[in-house]
Amino acid sequence: MSGGILAMRSRSKPDPPAAAFLAPSVLLQALLFLCPLAIIAGYSLLSRGAYGGVELAVSFENYQRLFDPLYGAILLRSVWLASISTLLCLVLGFPLALFIARSGRRKGLYLQLVILPFWTSFLIRTYAWIFLLRDTGLVNTVLTAAGLITQPLPLLYNDAAVVLGLVYGYLPFMVLPLYATIERLDKSLLEAAADLGATPWKTLWTVVLPLCRPGIVAGVVLVFIPCLGAYLTPDLMGGGKTIMIGNLVQNQFSTARDWPFGAALSLALMALVMALLMAMSRRRGGQQAEDLL
Amino acid sequence: MSRLLGVYALAAYAFLHLPLVVLGVFSFNRSRFTQWEGWSLKWYQAMGADSALLEAAANSVLIALCATLIATVAGTLCAYGLWKRRVPWLSGSLYLSLVSPEIVTGVALLAFYQWVFRFLDVQLGMHTVVLAHVSFSLAYVVVVVLSRLRTLDPVLEEAAMDLGASPWWAFYRVTLPQLVPGIAAAALLVFTLSFDDYVITSLVAGVDSETLPMLIYSTARRGASPVLNAISTVLVVGLGGLILLAERLREA
Repeated sequence: MSGGILAMRSRSKPDPPAAAFLAPSVLLQALLFLCPLAIIAGYSLLSRGAYGGVELAVSFENYQRLFDPLYGAILLRSVWLASISTLLCLVLGFPLALFIARSGRRKGLYLQLVILPFWTSFLIRTYAWIFLLRDTGLVNTVLTAAGLITQPLPLLYNDAAVVLGLVYGYLPFMVLPLYATIERLDKSLLEAAADLGATPWKTLWTVVLPLCRPGIVAGVVLVFIPCLGAYLTPDLMGGGKTIMIGNLVQNQFSTARDWPFGAALSLALMALVMALLMAMSRRRGGQQAEDLL
Repeated sequence: MSRLLGVYALAAYAFLHLPLVVLGVFSFNRSRFTQWEGWSLKWYQAMGADSALLEAAANSVLIALCATLIATVAGTLCAYGLWKRRVPWLSGSLYLSLVSPEIVTGVALLAFYQWVFRFLDVQLGMHTVVLAHVSFSLAYVVVVVLSRLRTLDPVLEEAAMDLGASPWWAFYRVTLPQLVPGIAAAALLVFTLSFDDYVITSLVAGVDSETLPMLIYSTARRGASPVLNAISTVLVVGLGGLILLAERLREA
C-alpha cells in the first residue's frame, strides 16, 4: 500500500525540464558551429568560380589536390614541425612534471606557475619572442654589445623560431597530464625498486616511465593537435617562408580566394584531429569526452 | 638527482616567464631602441594618448562583455541540462568545438556568415564577432560549470521538489546558488578568451570592429614597438589577475 503511494507520488512529480535548459545552447551550437561546418563541407565539394566565388559543380577535385606535391609538401612540413615541437615538449616537460609531483606542499603554486602563462594572451607571448629575437632585438643587441658578434644572428623568421614558439606555447599541455599520472603513481613501487638496489636513474627509466604511458600519450596528443593546426606562430615567427596548414587555409580564404579548396583543407585538418583524439581515447580505455562533458 | 631536477625546474620556469618579464621591464625603457637608457613612463603616456588604440580597446571590452553574458547564461543552463539528462550529440558537438583548430572554426564561421548575408541585409561587424566568440567559448562554460555540478548532491533538489517546489524553482533556489563560484570562474575565463582572440576575430571582423589583438598583431607583424611593450604589460597583468581570480573561485 505504502509502496503504491510512493510510486504514485514519483509519477506525479514532473521530469525536470532538461529540454528547456538545453534549448539556448542547442540553438547556438547548431547555428554557430554545426551549420558552419556543414557549409564548409558543402563548399569543399564545389569548384572555384572565375571571380573567386563558388561554382555549383560537384567534384572531389579539391580533395585530390591535397595530394598535389606542392600542397603535400606543406602538409608534410606541418606534420614534421608539429612532431619536432611535440617531442621537445615531452623531453622538456617530463622533468618539470616530475619536479612538481615531488615538491610536496608547494605543488599547487608550481603547477599554477605552469598554467598561468598559458592563459595570458598567446599573441603577446609570441610578440615577446619577436621582441627578443629579431635582428635589432634584445638577444642580438646584447651579443653585439658584448663583442661576441658583429652581424646580428638570424634568430627569427625560420623553422627553428616556429618550433620555439610552439614549444613555448604548448608546453603546459604536456606538463599537466604528465604531472597527473606521476602524481597517481604507487609510491611503494618506487620504494620496492630502491630496496632491490636500483639507482634513482634506473628506477626512473624502468619503472616510472613505463607506468606514465597514459600521461605521455595524452600529452603528446594534446600538444600535437594545436601544433598541427597552428596559424599565429608560423605566421608571426616564421615570416613568409614557413607555411603550415593553418596558413594555407587562411590564404585560401583571403588572397588566393579559393574557398572550396580552403574548405577541403579545413575538413582534412579536422578529420586528422578527430582521428588522433579517437585513437587516444581508445588507448586510454576511457572516454575523453565523457570525462569532460 | 633531486638537486639536478631543481636546477632544471628553475631553468624551465625562467623559459616560461622571463620573456614576459623582460618585455615588462623594457616597457619602462626611456630609449625607443632595445638599449637600456633608464626608467621612463613615456610609452604608457603615448599609449593613453593613442585614440586608435583606445577605440580598439573599447571595442574589445564591449565584445568581450556581450560574448561573456550570452555564453555564460546559455552555457550554465546547458551544463545543468546535461547534468539532468545525457545528450550525446550535444556533448560531442561541444567537445568538437573545444578541439577544433581556431583557423578552422574561423573560416567555417566566415563561410557561414557570407552565406547568411545572401538572404539578409547585414554585414560583418561587432555582432558577427560577438557571435563567433560565443561559439568558441560556450564549451568552456559548460565544462567549468558541469565540473562544479558534479560535486553537488542531487538529493537536495529532490528534497526541494518533494516539498512542493517546481523544477524551475528548485534550480533557481537550490542549485543555482551553489553554482555561483563556478559560473563566475567560467565568466572570467570567457572574458579573457574573448578579449585575447585574434585568429577567429580577424576573419569575421568588419571595418568598424577592429579589436585590440588585431591592432597588436598588425604592429607585431612590422616588428616591435615600445608602445606595444607597454600595452602588452598592461594586458598581461590585467588578464593574469582575472585568471588568478577565476582559479581562486573554481577552488572555492
